[in-house]
Amino acid sequence: MGQIVLEQVTKSFGDITVIPPLDLTIEDGEFTVFVGPSGCGKSTLLRLIAGLEDVSSGEIRIDGAPSANTPPAKRGLAMVFQSYALYPHMTVRKNIAFPLRMAGLDRAEQDRRVEQAAAVLNLTDYLDRRPGQLSGGQRQRVAIGRAIVREPAAFLFDEPLSNLDAALRVGMRLEISELHNRLKTTMIYVTHDQVEAMTMADKIVVLRAGHIEQVGSPLELYRAPRNLFVAGFIGSPKMNLIEGAEAAKHDATTIGIRPEHISISDENGLWSGVVGVSEHLGSDTFFHVHQTGLAESITVRADGEVGFKHGDRIHMTPRADMIHRFDDKGLRIA
Amino acid sequence: MSTKASRSAARLMLAPAVILLLGWMLVPLTLTLIFSFQRYLPLRGGFQGWVGFENYVRFVTSSAFWPSVQATVIIVGGVLLITVTLGILLALLLDQPMWGQGMVRILVIAPFFVMPTVSGLVWKNMFMDPNNGLLSHLWRAFGADPIIWLSDASMLSIILIVSWQWLPFATLILLTAIQSLDSEQLEAAEMDGAPVLSRFWHIILPHLSRAITIVILIQTIFLLAIFAEIFVTTQGSFGTRTLTYLIFQRVLESQNVGLGSAGGIYAVILANIFALFLMRIVGKNLDR
Repeated sequence: MGQIVLEQVTKSFGDITVIPPLDLTIEDGEFTVFVGPSGCGKSTLLRLIAGLEDVSSGEIRIDGAPSANTPPAKRGLAMVFQSYALYPHMTVRKNIAFPLRMAGLDRAEQDRRVEQAAAVLNLTDYLDRRPGQLSGGQRQRVAIGRAIVREPAAFLFDEPLSNLDAALRVGMRLEISELHNRLKTTMIYVTHDQVEAMTMADKIVVLRAGHIEQVGSPLELYRAPRNLFVAGFIGSPKMNLIEGAEAAKHDATTIGIRPEHISISDENGLWSGVVGVSEHLGSDTFFHVHQTGLAESITVRADGEVGFKHGDRIHMTPRADMIHRFDDKGLRIA
Repeated sequence: MSTKASRSAARLMLAPAVILLLGWMLVPLTLTLIFSFQRYLPLRGGFQGWVGFENYVRFVTSSAFWPSVQATVIIVGGVLLITVTLGILLALLLDQPMWGQGMVRILVIAPFFVMPTVSGLVWKNMFMDPNNGLLSHLWRAFGADPIIWLSDASMLSIILIVSWQWLPFATLILLTAIQSLDSEQLEAAEMDGAPVLSRFWHIILPHLSRAITIVILIQTIFLLAIFAEIFVTTQGSFGTRTLTYLIFQRVLESQNVGLGSAGGIYAVILANIFALFLMRIVGKNLDR
């Protein structure tokens, strides 16, 4: 079990309101990702749920039980920190067993659960080492192991992959998703990386300045961003946003078109411009097109083998059914 | 520093410092060694011939030797116990966010700047004086008979005075160690269900172990040589005669330079044994 409901939760530090009144329901077993630019309050929100910060007002219900004033240890949640927060003077075994030891479990049960967690996380060979002797990815797994053994109602992850190198990050992303599929426990995951959010989440919560901008599945957010902020934040590279006369043609203040929904040609098209920087990824190529008369720069995606060079004139045609329209308040026009 | 020229230049420039340091240490040590094998009584004719190890034997077999070693150990041990324990508690307190933090920290460090002689005199005359001392007033305020500190509780008095001086040092080192503890570790322990005392025992104390060994090492070396506090208070009476003080008495009160020098050599050996022993422990702790 692990349903978490936030009711009118607020948080302020002195005069500064970090979280204005906020409602959110996280269903049991769901993988929820809080995503937003740095300073948007996503980590604060996670710490409120964990109990490491007190709410200024409002209620947090964990499985229906009011928990806003429950101490963190009693909430039945486990957290994985950005720095992993392993205890450097304890071996991996003792690190993982620490919450069990604090709960007063007998030695045999502690050992059994530690062995089990270590097996799940491929840590069996490292149980007698200290955290200082492990690589970043292994430390990450120890931190997850310490969370798993408690059999919590929900896991809280605070930017757990931001200290890993790119290749390892992709691997750990898969491992965490795999773990979620196997345990079926509620997970709340905080990140500023929209790729992590898109690839891992059942449900994404996009935050800006403590406000929830949109809640939905990754594809819902991709297909129908509710406003300009979400449109610009979800998707990589970013959606092209075009204002002015071109937008007016579609009865909108701003229109948005994703780089992958623009087709290009060297002869004819709706729009044209001059190729600036092109980024070759092998499978794809991204062209940054200037002098289009629409926006400072339009990004388009093409097949990896398309060979436009810097300074070439290029013609572009957006897919009409993939144009997102936004009104003067930045909200989506259905 | 890889070329031949730069290496010899480096040696040349280091030379004054090395020579000065060596001179500073070697000359007194050699002189002490030489005197320790002589019968040398400055007020009774000075040099009176070489006597081999007689001074060494006399120093150790004197009835004052073992009590002085015992006094030294008790004072060093007592001060270490008090400064480390209170130092940890004070450091924990000072780490808490509070109003006027900077000011409070400076005040806590202040005793360290007071010269040993001055602090000994201040304690003797202002706090521990049986008639006018603050402590005797306090005792009388509760209707109790004032303690005559420096004679009835002489050892405790010395330990208190020296602890008061060294507490700031311990606090300062331990405070910086506490501040280097990652707050996420404490939060993780809190999430793991560790109450305050367990967090202190399992997280904070192991984190401090290095700093504690360093405090013990440095303090021991300095505490073995305390002198001024005893000189201005009990003058070595009432069981407070440490090894250092005994040597001082042999040389200046008995005017027996040879005997005192032999004691000095013993003190050097003793301090080195201590230092080696402590270095081992610290080395082990620092390796982790």
